[in-house]
Amino acid sequence: MEKVGIVGVGQTTYERSKEAPVDELVFEAASKALKDAGGDMGHIDNIITVSNDFWDGRTISSMAIQDAAGSWGKDISTVEGDGTFGTFYGMMRILSGSFDTTLVVSHMKGSEGIMNLITNAMFDPIYQRSLGIDATSSAALQARLYMKMSGATEEDFARVSVKNHKNAKNNPLAQLAMDITVADVLKSKKIAEPLKLLDCSPISDGAAAVVLANEKGAKRFKNSPVWVKGVAHCSDAYSLGYRDLSRAPALAEASGRAFKMAGIKNPLKDLDVAEVYDAYSYMEPMWYEGMGLAKEGGGKDLIRSGATEMGGELPVNPSGGVLSAHPVLVAGMARLIEAVLQVRGEAEKRQVKGAKTALAHGINGPCGQAHCVFIVGS
Amino acid sequence: MGDWKSEVKNIVYEGQIKVPYKWNVGETGSRFFIGLRDKQEIWGVQCPQCKKVYVPPLKTCGTCFVNTDQWVKVANTGTVESFTVVNYSHGMQPAKPPLVYGLIKLDGAGGSFVHLIGGIDPAKVAMGMKVKAVFADKREGTILDIKHFAPV
Ligand SMILES: [Zn+2]
Repeated sequence: MEKVGIVGVGQTTYERSKEAPVDELVFEAASKALKDAGGDMGHIDNIITVSNDFWDGRTISSMAIQDAAGSWGKDISTVEGDGTFGTFYGMMRILSGSFDTTLVVSHMKGSEGIMNLITNAMFDPIYQRSLGIDATSSAALQARLYMKMSGATEEDFARVSVKNHKNAKNNPLAQLAMDITVADVLKSKKIAEPLKLLDCSPISDGAAAVVLANEKGAKRFKNSPVWVKGVAHCSDAYSLGYRDLSRAPALAEASGRAFKMAGIKNPLKDLDVAEVYDAYSYMEPMWYEGMGLAKEGGGKDLIRSGATEMGGELPVNPSGGVLSAHPVLVAGMARLIEAVLQVRGEAEKRQVKGAKTALAHGINGPCGQAHCVFIVGS
Repeated sequence: MGDWKSEVKNIVYEGQIKVPYKWNVGETGSRFFIGLRDKQEIWGVQCPQCKKVYVPPLKTCGTCFVNTDQWVKVANTGTVESFTVVNYSHGMQPAKPPLVYGLIKLDGAGGSFVHLIGGIDPAKVAMGMKVKAVFADKREGTILDIKHFAPV
């Protein structure tokens, strides 16, 4: 396969409520990514925007950001889903042979809508929506099934929250950087049991962008690319009741294919750092198992052992993860950007020493219905 | 040149999207809802290949990619596979919190069914609990024709 790399990355800070409208956020992220690449909009062959109509309250949510994404007079396409999915699509457009470079932008202003109402609408209007379930209550149903299957406890989930919020202290872009204890998490407000406030990611605003290029396109930029070594996507059933919610078979499929492409046999050993989509604390150990970092039911042991803390065998979410900032759709792209910074050795205080191979993970749909896994390396 | 920004106070435009919809339920779904409404019965469809019984019905088995057109009546009773007690309140919820949601494995069904659990102190709901559908007095052919599932 032709090589495709990430040659520039850009992010805004992530905050609960930004005054700047979405186009300003997109312009900031896109400009930073182009500057980081060492190029300008003239070097971009095509553009992918990542947004969601209902979150934005616009029937064509990409309309508000066309100018800010630099798409006038260019080929543009849109993705409604996580930023990793948009990046995957941007990469495929290069592999199609039509383009040598792609700019992918994603944005979210979670503060402008109401998360519970918007995520309620992701459920089928006829069979599930009128019951009033949403992202958090469906996640709570999954958390309890996962606890039963794996033996993981609320304390284990609290450990994830403690780890990631602490890691966020090394990330100037994160929204919730804090020192908390397992006891703080356990006694935080009950939201949808067993999930408590500190098990849940926050409402966030922000934008991110990446510049993709093949070997030919990369020559236009001053910066050197971090190469995509493997990438894959897989989706599970839509309806909650028809899925085995205690496991993540779609993640196993996606990560398995990405590992095969990247020549990774033992991910726990072969990866140097991972950034995963921990929208709720319980998801992190569950995703460990889905990715084969631990055997089934073994995610809790990885958390308890400290193997995924900074300085551990495989640090997971040195950035603070999604628990520390959750701009929906942007969050997976933020994981990918963090993975790129790690491989470049530019992750500053959160740098994992000598990181050469990094994993980034994005999800979409209720309870991690669909997964996208990237492996990037120098 | 940048000075003007510090003097501007941001305006927030408050809007709302109100769009009525009429979703056709289709023959398969309509038959399921007619069963709830007129007979207080829960029906599912069975995949001819993998034999899984889908409740609520699915027109196509996603695993086998074939149509499911064999109707199977399942019990009004089932087991709580998972549950959550929701303590927050939003406009889309059918009642005031605390609300208890369950994934209920109906006896005779292949998957589980998302619905409300009621008729019990939320603190007493447990995994594996046996429950029975409690039908609404006034039934209109919607998923809320089942009021909730209550302990047997
Ligand atoms: Zn089947």
